[in-house]
Amino acid sequence: MKKTAPVNKIIPFSNVDGPGNRTSIFFQGCPFNCRFCHNPETIHLCISCGACVPGCPTKALRIDKEGKVQWDSSLCVQCDTCIRTCPHDASPRVRWMTVEDVMKEVRRSAPYIGGITVSGGECTLQNEFLIELFTELHKLGKTCLMDSNGSFDFEADPRTLSVSEGVMLDVKAVEPGWNNHLISHPREVVLKNLDYLLSVGKLQEVRTVIFPHRDAENEATVRYVAEHIGNRCPYKLIRYRPFGVREQYQAELGTFSTEEAYAERFARLAREKGAVGAFVV
Amino acid sequence: MSEALKIIQDPTLTYRQELIGLAHLGESTDDSLRYSDEYYAAKAKGALCDLNEGVMPFRPRYICPDYELLFEKGCKFLELEPPTDLLEAVNVLEIFYCHVPSITTYPVYLGDLDKLLEPFVLKEDRAYAKKVLRLFLRNIDRVQTDSFVHADIGPEDTVTGRLLLELTEEMQLAIPNLTLRYDPEKTSDDFALACVKCMLKTAKPSFANHRMFVKEWGERYAIASCYNGLSIAGGGFTLPRMRLYECSLDAKSPEDFLERELNKYIDLQLEYMDKRVKFIVEESSFFKTNFLVTEGFVKQENFTGMFGVVGLAECCNHLLGIEDKKKGFGMNAEATELGIRIMDAIEKRVSEHEAPYCDAYGHRYRLHAQVGIDSDGMDDSPGTRIPIGVEPTMLEQLEVNEKFHPYFPTGTGDIFKFEETYLRTPDAILPIIKGSLERGLRYFSGYLENNDVVRVTGYLVKKSEIEKLRAKKQSLNNVTVFGMGAQDGGHALDRRVQHHEEDSAR
Repeated sequence: MKKTAPVNKIIPFSNVDGPGNRTSIFFQGCPFNCRFCHNPETIHLCISCGACVPGCPTKALRIDKEGKVQWDSSLCVQCDTCIRTCPHDASPRVRWMTVEDVMKEVRRSAPYIGGITVSGGECTLQNEFLIELFTELHKLGKTCLMDSNGSFDFEADPRTLSVSEGVMLDVKAVEPGWNNHLISHPREVVLKNLDYLLSVGKLQEVRTVIFPHRDAENEATVRYVAEHIGNRCPYKLIRYRPFGVREQYQAELGTFSTEEAYAERFARLAREKGAVGAFVV
Repeated sequence: MSEALKIIQDPTLTYRQELIGLAHLGESTDDSLRYSDEYYAAKAKGALCDLNEGVMPFRPRYICPDYELLFEKGCKFLELEPPTDLLEAVNVLEIFYCHVPSITTYPVYLGDLDKLLEPFVLKEDRAYAKKVLRLFLRNIDRVQTDSFVHADIGPEDTVTGRLLLELTEEMQLAIPNLTLRYDPEKTSDDFALACVKCMLKTAKPSFANHRMFVKEWGERYAIASCYNGLSIAGGGFTLPRMRLYECSLDAKSPEDFLERELNKYIDLQLEYMDKRVKFIVEESSFFKTNFLVTEGFVKQENFTGMFGVVGLAECCNHLLGIEDKKKGFGMNAEATELGIRIMDAIEKRVSEHEAPYCDAYGHRYRLHAQVGIDSDGMDDSPGTRIPIGVEPTMLEQLEVNEKFHPYFPTGTGDIFKFEETYLRTPDAILPIIKGSLERGLRYFSGYLENNDVVRVTGYLVKKSEIEKLRAKKQSLNNVTVFGMGAQDGGHALDRRVQHHEEDSAR
């Protein structure tokens, strides 16, 4: 049987997922459970509990003979009711696609893009799939970037990295207590990947979310990353935005966005510490 | 109240706008140029439209003078010697522009400014050259007060081209319109990126498919007015248009339209064009006595007639009984296929017609996707564009455009509106332009969502100037009033915004 992977969505043109114009492929499923995740419906795979089916206003969801939830994209109006209903941070709107299925869509946007970026969820959960996909894309002369949370040890298994132009790495938290609280996943592999990707010249960019009124936590992360990357790759500081964040976590992290001036403070710190390519979005 | 009195009492008209209005009124008192009853019936129905071109064509609609010749030989009639330095060069141009007629009475083609001025700019220091060019652009904006005034640059990178881009960005003017003639082999990525950045901030330049135009016109072509491809030392005699939606109203089926109704209207429009072209050449004095002709700045044989169409989307939707535009032309393969059959039929019939004059083009007229006028409302979308408000993803929109742009040597184009994050990532736009031009797109325009200078349908206006008109004040730019009409009736400024992550329409 052909390899398939759960695809949450494919965006033909994106200007925020790496250099130039890129097609972004979002896979479903993530080993982290970040409190500030703004698309928590991509964290888990659907277990066909059926909770979303009755509420679908266009009857795009149904339960088939095997008891699985099926999604009909032609009826779907993307109202997101199912996502709000889902009791365990998943989405019924996932397509299990083969490499050829994905390639069919990417070939359409290929004339207009420099390459693709795989994201998620967490793309490295689909490593075997990615190796095949990247190999096909290289035949078209397109570059392949990974947008990763750093949970996968790239040094231990370098096969995916060997067919990729590089990684845009999230370093979400460095201070251990804050990290464990925020991410629910140990930080060691992420920090190891930061150093390893730098050492093999495949770190495209590092991203850190800046939270409102978290001076010490923000500073610890920004200082650590800036001192490690120096001028070797851009450092994108992303302002926390409550949009999409689960309500119970908004209550803790903020129902408002990080102010730009506040975030700029940390960009200045990063630049002082050597990360000359630090900027706020 | 008489029409004349209305004009002279209108508080929003400048003196020159009144003068143009009164001249148009005067022209309409003559009826020596007559057409068939069928033509008038079609016009009354709204199926054919003369774009208010005037009943007595006393000059060709668009004139593209040979400015290289002007710089080489000077102009006897205007007593201008060939320029020897930058100051003289811009002065010669400023004077000459005031004597180039057109449908708007303003010059619709200012020349390939970078090529013309580069030898003079290179002799000056950069700061001085920039100052002279700044005054030159200011002169154009305040004297040639009409957004259909158009200048071209490229395909090569030049100091003058760079200076014009810098000034365009700094000055934020709606006039002149500006086109980069883009050729992937001649235009560097660096220069193209500078053009993209400028386009985001000022809605210009647009990108013309240089290789496509050269194939059709030869190296000496101009992009004039909105986006009109024409011959340098030539131009366009006339531009009427078929309003395809109205043309389709009496058809019983797509087949009936293709076999009967469509041909009827094509032939009526051809009849109209033939009569006008003959009149301009044979009856009016322009081609006999105007200095542009007698001194060789334009040659009659380089002119052609522009056969315009609008409303292909609405025509296809109507013929297929599609009421929801969101499921129609552009998003629906059957409607788009029908559009191709209709355009094939128009192209074939027009190319079979022996046109009077038009010698340089085998006595043939050339197709034009007209950008629409303010009174079209939502009935007829510009040319072959997907209607505003139902545009699919940018990828799909480009794919549809690429199918239709090759039909129109005398011009077509589409416009894309980008949201703010693209200011930081012009390198995300250039590959889109390159890819689409490679695949048959003719003309790409873009602007940033929150600009003051915006591209309406093909021309530029300032949103702040539209507000002046709404407050019953005057706007120096003759075209602002069209922008207001297109905004009110056609929602022309409400086109889809390309967001930083464009979702797939799966």
